[in-house]
Amino acid sequence: MSPETSLHHTPLADEHIALGAKMVGFGGWAMPLQYESILAEWEYNRKTVSIFDCSHMGEFIIKGDAVNCGLDRILIQSIADMPLKTCRYGAMLNDSGGVIDDLIVYRKALQEWMIVVNAANIEKDARHFRASLNANAHFEDISFKTAKLDLQGPQSRDVLKTWAKGIDQLTYYTFDQFQISGIPCLISRTGYTGELGFEIYCPWEKCKEIWKTILNNATVKPTGLGVRDVLRVEMCYSLYGHELEENISPRQAGLDKFIDEQKDFIGRQALLSRDPQRRIVFFVSTSRKSPRAGHKIFDGEDREIGIVTSGTFSPALQLGVGIGFINDTFKDAGSKIFFGDEKNKVSASLVKRPFYKNGSLKA
Amino acid sequence: MEIEDNYLYTKEHEWVSIEDNIATVGISDYAQEALGDVTYVELPAEELEVDQFEQFVSVESVKAASDIYAPMGGKVVEVNRKLEDAPGLINKDCYAKGWIAKIEVRDMDESTNLMSAEEYRSYLESLET
Repeated sequence: MSPETSLHHTPLADEHIALGAKMVGFGGWAMPLQYESILAEWEYNRKTVSIFDCSHMGEFIIKGDAVNCGLDRILIQSIADMPLKTCRYGAMLNDSGGVIDDLIVYRKALQEWMIVVNAANIEKDARHFRASLNANAHFEDISFKTAKLDLQGPQSRDVLKTWAKGIDQLTYYTFDQFQISGIPCLISRTGYTGELGFEIYCPWEKCKEIWKTILNNATVKPTGLGVRDVLRVEMCYSLYGHELEENISPRQAGLDKFIDEQKDFIGRQALLSRDPQRRIVFFVSTSRKSPRAGHKIFDGEDREIGIVTSGTFSPALQLGVGIGFINDTFKDAGSKIFFGDEKNKVSASLVKRPFYKNGSLKA
Repeated sequence: MEIEDNYLYTKEHEWVSIEDNIATVGISDYAQEALGDVTYVELPAEELEVDQFEQFVSVESVKAASDIYAPMGGKVVEVNRKLEDAPGLINKDCYAKGWIAKIEVRDMDESTNLMSAEEYRSYLESLET
């Protein structure tokens, strides 16, 4: 099989092509990279409202008591204390404390959970849940029955209000059941852009209908994965395969605040007993020249001190921005660094996350 | 895909327009379309001596960087400084305002290694199949 024919397709593959999208393979899926241009789509998302097809992402349903069914022990975040209809970001680890995947938990009922995972990790994650949950847990992989559309941008709530009555009651990281054109959807106030936004989970076969309904509103424009990556880098959000990996711990990745150290979880001992050895850094280039994943990081004395994991031109800053890891040996190296290779180095400054501070996220 | 009739082209999608012994260089419509929004152009130093098909410029788009090769060998005598603040000129007007550099040509015979507009059009068609 050629790589192209082996790619999965979301329910909207034909729609993307009809809209003139450039398609690319991502995490085993054929996905729209861009429709118009990345800069135009960036501008539209930050100022108005965009829709993204994220049907490639995985969803699992787990039924059982948080602790008794073994779910709590799989996740780094506490879940037993989650109020109903709330979401919580976190991760699951291997025995060495490395990240198997980052994920969001939705508490649908006292003993019913939806877990949303990365597309490329669906099979691996399902295996891990099946192997680690107790026998009394019910586990179902609903990834190929569940489509997901992300409506993101400062005007997303106003647009969604026309169909989903009561959507303005949703606070950040909560969710509820709604209807769009009579189709039942689970909608959460979550996203990956730094803007006010919603993730709409709907039946796979109804996805096209909802996509068309929403795009019938001329305020909404379709947006591809290209700009999604720029938006998430501007917010310093991690992407699995870049800032998160089986050999990267959540402490190294700067996810400390999502770890509940008081409870027992797989990988806890390794995680808490070892020094992080490297730490995540966020840096801004002194020019439009942008860092790229794989670039090296140097200090002022030309010593190689780390590696770039994500990099892009930031339309918000009009400068290059990057995320990477610096070895702890060099943690006192100062805030001036260089990225590139031995021949070509560009100066940059370490900064606090996020790069983009004016988002409508919590509006 | 727009192709400028009187220009010559390379397989790497650079264009060149030669007047007297000065070659003005840029990238084709096909190239700017494939790159997407250009966000940075690393211009060559003036006076730089380059050989034909030697890498001498790098162009970055939001998500990637690409090398640009000199269509003719010679000395760089002028660069388009407007691209420093407005690299998007390459997307907007790749055959005129988006020019990148001017090269004082060393050996005019090198132009026989380039494609005419008509040849370039056939070349692009061959890439699509």
